[in-house]
Parts: sequence; C-alpha cells; structure tokens
Amino acid sequence: MSATLTPLASDEFHAPGLGLFDWPPLVDDVAWFNKPALLALTAAILVMVFAFVAFSKPKLVPRGVQNVGELAYDFVRDQIARPNLGKDSDRWMPLLFTMFLFVWIMNLFGSVIFVQFPVMARIGYPAVLSLGVWLLVMYLGMKHQGPIGFFKNVMFPPGLPGWIYVLVAPIELISTFFLRHITHAVRLFATMMAGHLIVALFSEVGWHFLAVQVTPLGAPLGVLGVAMTILLTAFELFIQALQAYVFALLTAMFINDAVHPAH
Amino acid sequence: MYLLAVAEEAKNPLLPDMAEMVIGGAAFLIVLFFVGRLLVPRLQKTLEMRTEAIEGGLKRAEEAQATAQRTLEEYRAKLEEARHDAARLREEAREQAAQIKAELREEAQAEARRLIEAAHAQIEADRQQAFAQLRGEIGRLATDLAGRIVGESLEDEVRQSRVVDRFLQELESADGAAVR
Repeated sequence: MSATLTPLASDEFHAPGLGLFDWPPLVDDVAWFNKPALLALTAAILVMVFAFVAFSKPKLVPRGVQNVGELAYDFVRDQIARPNLGKDSDRWMPLLFTMFLFVWIMNLFGSVIFVQFPVMARIGYPAVLSLGVWLLVMYLGMKHQGPIGFFKNVMFPPGLPGWIYVLVAPIELISTFFLRHITHAVRLFATMMAGHLIVALFSEVGWHFLAVQVTPLGAPLGVLGVAMTILLTAFELFIQALQAYVFALLTAMFINDAVHPAH
Repeated sequence: MYLLAVAEEAKNPLLPDMAEMVIGGAAFLIVLFFVGRLLVPRLQKTLEMRTEAIEGGLKRAEEAQATAQRTLEEYRAKLEEARHDAARLREEAREQAAQIKAELREEAQAEARRLIEAAHAQIEADRQQAFAQLRGEIGRLATDLAGRIVGESLEDEVRQSRVVDRFLQELESADGAAVR
C-alpha cells in the first residue's frame, strides 16, 4: 500500500509480513540448510545434551541438573501422561517427554535473543511431528481394536439413537482420522507464527519511531511499541510452553483413544 | 524441489516444505532414540528404585515395630502367666497349711482322747483293786469289832459271811448314791 503513496517510501514504516518466515540458504547451493534447519538441529542437540547431563547417571538422591530434569519429567508424567493414559503412562513417557522438550525448545528459540525465531512457525516442523503421531495412532488403533473395529468404534460410538449416526459417522470419520491431526500441527504452527509476527510488529514500531525516524508525534508510539514488545515477549514465553504442553497432551489423548476405545 | 519452488512462489505458509519435514523428522527421531530410548528408561529405573527404597524403608520400619510389639505382647503374657503361677502356688500352700493344721489338730485330739481313756481305765482298775482289798479288810475288821462288842466270837462261818454281805450291800448302795 505504501509504495505508491509518497516519495518518502524509504523512510516510511513497513509492517513486517510473511517475509519474516522465508529464510535463504545459509550456504550457497545447500538449499535445505537455512536458519530454521540450523535451529532445529541445535534444538535436537540441546535436548540431547540436557537429557544426557540430567539422566546419564541418575542417582537415587537427585543432585543439580537431575533435579531440573526430574522436574520436567514429573510435569510431563503428572500433567500429560497420567491424566490421559493412566497405568500405560510409563510406556509412553519416552515419546511424550521427548516431544514436550523438543517442541518447547524449538518454540523457545522465538524469545532467545539473537536467535529469535520459533522453529515451529515453519509448518514443516509441526507437520512432520503430527504426521508421525498420525502414523503411530493408526498403527495402535488397528493393533488394539482390529482394522474394522477401529473404524467402527470411531464412527459408531455406542449409546446414541440410530438416526443420528447418519450425521455422527462421517463427522467422526473425518474428524478423528484427519482433521484433528491436521489441527494438531496447525495449532502449534499458527500460534508460534502469530506470536512471532506480533512481537516483530511491535519491535519494528519501536525501532522505526525511536531510531529510524524520530518525530515528536511518533516517539510516544515508539515507546508504546517497546513496552508492548517486552510485555508480549513475556506472554510468548508462556504461550511457547503452553503450546508444547498442548501438543504433547493431544498426542497422549490420541494414543489413549487408539489403545482404549471409548465405551 | 519442484514442490518447494511452487511453495516459494505462492508463499503459502501452510504448505509444508519437504526439506523441513525431513530435517525436523530426522532431528526428532534422533532425539527420540537418544532421549526416549536410552535416557528416559534409566530415569524410570531410578524412580522405581527410589520408590522401592522409600517403600522398603517404611516396610522395614513397620516390620521392626511389629516385632517389638510382638515381643512386648509375649513378655506381657509371660508376666501374666508368672503372676498366675505365683498366685496359684500361694493358694496351694495356704490350702496345704490349712490341711496340715487340721490333720495335726485331729491327731492331737485323738491322742488326748486316748490318754483320757487310758486314765479312766487305770482309775477304774485302781478303784476295783482298792474296793476288793477294802472288802476283805472291812469284813475282817467288822467281824472283829462286832465280836468284841457282842462279846462272842462270830466264828460261825455261815453267819459271819451273811452279816458281812448284808453290811457291804448297804455300804455299796450308799456309796453308789454318793458317787452319782
């Protein structure tokens, strides 16, 4: 919109757009190796190093990093696994714990200074995780309920009047087998992307009106922008952890649905 | 790569990039193997051992307490038994003492009775003897006396004995009345 309005285009404020999420390759001719990819690999290494320091030689009486690791483990076990999976919790804890930590660190990069990009704001990363969960859930459902029983239990939940199955069956089929797994990924992606956009917008406001083009009218706006950036960064820290929790929580729910069909 | 190019042209943020999915998937699988497969089981084992250690400690304490309680009960039971025994023995001793006392008294009474009876018999015998002696003596004295008084000898045996017998009979009856 701005390009055609005035000749002062170079000095004008540009709201950051989707360009924020496009990253050129860090090395020429290696198309896949961009900043998100580097961050994803870094996150993987960080999670592994943390888990190694915490749990490589676990002690009966925990010390130092093991305490922190156990705090995270207990959180995932008591808040995610046990409410959904009950006594199967221990079997699925390796997956849920890894997933929570991995997603959280990837999100956390959005608020780490100089890094400042939540990897999960690139749809490919949440998509591959939810695709993996989808494959796992399909396998578990077929294994525990049988290929036909799996579909029957989902599409025809018992205890409803007969005619309503005309509505329920297709809705449940699409919802359970596809939609909820797509939203599983999109929810994480969209919150991270929106959060990053909003923080970027306010920091751009602050930068533009306090550094690039200082005017008496613009300065208060710039101050507001900085204040909002700080406030929203705090909020983002919360959302990043919350979304990691939700992602792992939904995974636990899907697994439980596949292993123990609704009765 | 063709898909990637299309996505970049359209700049649709909802279309996943294949390269990203491969990188993300590989990174997650490596982490899953390393953390989930190797490290989390170690922690789970430790947590189990911790639970066992705590539960084991509690169980041992409980067992020790139970043993102490049992021993205390045993001692109490033994003490009670000992008290019962002591009471029983005291009771028996008292009974025996009473019995012995009663037997002794019985014996003493029997002995006394026997002595009294012997004394009675002795007295009776002495009396009989004295009486027999006196009888002869008195008869002779009486006849002598009577002979002197009457002046004639009562030599006639028949008469003499008749007089004596009559006298004695009178004497006896008077004596018997006095004794009774």
